[in-house]
Amino acid sequence: MAETTRPRPDGPAPDARGAPARLERFAPVERWLHWANATLIAVVVATAAILYVGPLSVAVGRRALVRTIHVYVGLTLPLPWLIGFLGRWRGPLLDDARRINRWSADDKRWFLTRGRGRGVRLGKFNPGQKLNAAFTVGAIVVMLATGSIMHWFKPFPVDWRTGATFVHDWTAIFLFVAITGHVGIALSDPEALRAMLRGSVSAEWARRHRPRWHDEVVGADLPHEVGRG
Amino acid sequence: MPIERSSPVGRRVFLGMLGLGAAGIVWGSKAQDAMEKLFAPITAKDGTGLSSLLPVGRFRIYSVTGDLPSRSTTAYSLKVGGHVDSPYTLSFAELTAMPSLQLTKDFQCVTGWRVHDVKWTGVRLGDLLDKAGTKPGARGVVFTSFDGEYTESLTLEQARRSDVIVAYDMEGHVISSDHGGPVRLYVAPMYGYKSCKWLDSIQVTDTPPPSGYWEVRGYDADAWVGKSNGRDDTPTA
Repeated sequence: MAETTRPRPDGPAPDARGAPARLERFAPVERWLHWANATLIAVVVATAAILYVGPLSVAVGRRALVRTIHVYVGLTLPLPWLIGFLGRWRGPLLDDARRINRWSADDKRWFLTRGRGRGVRLGKFNPGQKLNAAFTVGAIVVMLATGSIMHWFKPFPVDWRTGATFVHDWTAIFLFVAITGHVGIALSDPEALRAMLRGSVSAEWARRHRPRWHDEVVGADLPHEVGRG
Repeated sequence: MPIERSSPVGRRVFLGMLGLGAAGIVWGSKAQDAMEKLFAPITAKDGTGLSSLLPVGRFRIYSVTGDLPSRSTTAYSLKVGGHVDSPYTLSFAELTAMPSLQLTKDFQCVTGWRVHDVKWTGVRLGDLLDKAGTKPGARGVVFTSFDGEYTESLTLEQARRSDVIVAYDMEGHVISSDHGGPVRLYVAPMYGYKSCKWLDSIQVTDTPPPSGYWEVRGYDADAWVGKSNGRDDTPTA
């Protein structure tokens, strides 16, 4: 695959060996897509909780209004993706989409050993991140389809509305678990979180946690120790 | 990332989810029924309330206004009037002193959820209408809620069915405010939106019953479970 990620000398001066101290991890378009998507998801999750969790329904009321917000904000979910992937600026997104799709032998080993395999060298993303990204995209499509059937049920066979509700409810539960995990892990790794906020990570973080990506970006000729992700 | 062999796991996850989602839309209503049977014994014994978060066999609390209406049994009164010979008002104590009826039936919402075997106690709506004496030409019955917003209606014939009650007890307790207490309508053979919560007044009309809150918003007026709103649920009557 074409390598588009290049070290960006935006941090402290390069170290003694000439390697940059910080590496660009997420381009502006990627960060924009992430946070635009996260904001919309936060609104649909909050309104979903009000519609679904008894005590919250009772505390907030205004069911018709909450439902309208949930439906229409939900329908805007594809917009950031379309803007991101259809514009001239899509290069970094396409590159990362390819990385997320492909699982290397190391990824499989990391996944099967739950991150404890010896000698596993990860690329830009760990398999948990890859799985989370694929699941999130799949869930958005499934939620849009089932939510639309629930809302505009007239043209569909009668069973489908119940079926769509069933899928929408269970996907929501899995999505809630995935989001909670995603946010929890991000908060426990400030350097990784910083990459999504400011764009870069320290070269040290990359070498320890994403050695294969580090070498790709910096050039494999530099000395390194084998990281374990 | 290169040369080395890799597999498109991301694409498989994505396509797998679309496949499962489509299967769920088509066969989900059968799966839902099966899960309700499976989960019923678990939710019945669950003391933590956590199982109420699962989308199985649970009431969902719907209110159309900002605040959850609440009224104590001592402050409560029910007004019966309109096209009748003798309008009257009943206190909670007077209502519960009338001959009562117990119904154990499923509660089916038009949005798909169903709660099996809910035990309701109340007074037949027909008895309350007889007490007021409907005048000749009476055609409909309108219900208003003390939430100040919600209304519902039935034809006089529907209102006189023996499985339409003004309920004040659910599962052995005075109906809680979440569930529309202290007094609500329970129209057993129809979808839940007919069972007006926080019942405030019952008015007989000499016109066809006017549309209720959700009927104005597109729901069917004759809301028979399994025979309206494009649904085919098992009837609850």
